[in-house]
Amino acid sequence: MSSNLRWRKFVSGFMLTMTGVCALVAVSVLFFILGYLVFHGGTSISWNFFTKLPAPVGEGGGGMANAIVGSAKLLLLASLIGVPVGFFGAIYLAEFGGGATTFVVRYAADLLNGVPSIVIGIFAYGLVVLPFKHFSTLAGGFALGLMMIPVTLRSTEEFLRGVPRALREAAMALGASKWKTVATVIVPAAYRGILTAVLLAFARVAGETAPLLFTAFGNRFWSPGWDQPTSSLPVMIFTYAIAPYEDWHRQAWAAGLVLLGLILVINIVARAILARGIAVPRS
Amino acid sequence: MREGDEIARLITFLFAASVVLVTLLLVFELWQGSVLPRHKFGFNFFRTSVWDPIFDQFGALPFIYGTLVTAGVALVIAVPLGIGAAIFLAELAPARVSDTLEFFIDLLAAVPSVIYGLLGVFIVVPLMREYIQPALKNTLGFLPLFQGPVYGVGLLTAGIVLAIMVIPYIISVSREVLLSVPRDQREAALSLGSTHWESTWKVVVPFARGGIMGSIFLALARALGETMAVTMVIGNAPVISASLFSPGDSIASVIANQFTEATGDLYLQSLIELGLVLFLITFILNGLARLLIVVTSQKGSAMSNA
Repeated sequence: MSSNLRWRKFVSGFMLTMTGVCALVAVSVLFFILGYLVFHGGTSISWNFFTKLPAPVGEGGGGMANAIVGSAKLLLLASLIGVPVGFFGAIYLAEFGGGATTFVVRYAADLLNGVPSIVIGIFAYGLVVLPFKHFSTLAGGFALGLMMIPVTLRSTEEFLRGVPRALREAAMALGASKWKTVATVIVPAAYRGILTAVLLAFARVAGETAPLLFTAFGNRFWSPGWDQPTSSLPVMIFTYAIAPYEDWHRQAWAAGLVLLGLILVINIVARAILARGIAVPRS
Repeated sequence: MREGDEIARLITFLFAASVVLVTLLLVFELWQGSVLPRHKFGFNFFRTSVWDPIFDQFGALPFIYGTLVTAGVALVIAVPLGIGAAIFLAELAPARVSDTLEFFIDLLAAVPSVIYGLLGVFIVVPLMREYIQPALKNTLGFLPLFQGPVYGVGLLTAGIVLAIMVIPYIISVSREVLLSVPRDQREAALSLGSTHWESTWKVVVPFARGGIMGSIFLALARALGETMAVTMVIGNAPVISASLFSPGDSIASVIANQFTEATGDLYLQSLIELGLVLFLITFILNGLARLLIVVTSQKGSAMSNA
């Protein structure tokens, strides 16, 4: 049946074209987002944005200096919690663990990874905010740190396991103890991967808003020390976007551009590091 | 093992154990933190739709409804688009094009939800109010789904924004699973005279069905737990309405909006119980998703080894 065959070929060509259209639509969303943010954010961004405190409603100008510093402090705290726990936990899983313990730790990490971020916020609220009786940088950093742990842990473990067996055996054969092998051979061999894992985890929590709503809360002013409520870029975007003021909307676009720029740059750098690592010839 | 090894083992074990500890603590706290409403309302918490902080009446039905409807709308849009794109990336595109596009998809998955919310508020909502919702009303207005006043914000808008957010997850995982389908399968179908599309749709996709289902469950779990973007465009009203144009509220959005202003223990604990519900749902879905993906990938590698 040549007409039948022609029909089947037409269907094949049509459906495959449609899949291409789907891919195009999906990817173009990224460029649409970027374009819109650059267009709106770019015109609203100024030196003041990085150096001034938020201005009162109606008074033009002002910036988000306190939110930028607040975000930096929150992310520093998060890294102090997330990176060590993820890193050493991964070393345990890949090098020292075995049997039931490994399974339980891995399972817990996967579970934690799937917990919606707003629920992490509730947890940090109960654990840190309630005992101290007020919102704080500490509580926000704790919530973000918690979210960094599973991502760092699981990917670091993967990269440690990827280190060739021959390297381990060579180190052991030279008489190195297990921990010396890990510290001087295995971790250095996997460091690109580990760095990528940490950077991706960092980029992931850098944009998190929900867990900060009732832990770090917000602040119109500078937040001294670590036990005061603090503003942060993501929360500022949220509050400014849903507020009814034209001025604030422009600030929200600018903050969005800064935040997304930061996150995309970290993502691209992380992937570049990994790609270079793979290209190194293994003899 | 030598002494140094014992110490290193112990130290790393403590860090690993802390992950388990924290997870247990999280479950314990959600459970402990929602004692009052669990005792007072029992199962009625999920069956009643009155959410009245003044009279201490808390029913979760509107939020469960809003969560399910928005996630449902998201999947209806995201599944065909995502799977279509994944098929293109895995079956049709040359490896270099596929990898480049996958790179962009990964970046898309990294865009924080508050940014999606920002674009939702200023682009999707006006678009919905001015064009899409009136158009739907004119063409499909006989369905109860597309009736009632048009606000721009609402369940449909939230669902669309969610769809945009979960598409990258569906594409990434489905592409991975499709690529793991053994080459023989495709060649066998082609050699029997099937067209490229027939071999893809009738052989490769069914082979990868489990993994694709896994990617959908994963996307569903994300959609159910997603907070910021939904909160910004859903309209925040605890109502149950057949119309998708109606404003609503999801579990995550009501927690985000009311947690800091909840006065009284029962109010706060009711919100925590909502958090517990959300936790349990995503826990089950994530577990199922992982199982499906692992089983399918193993099937693929087992076949190609044979």
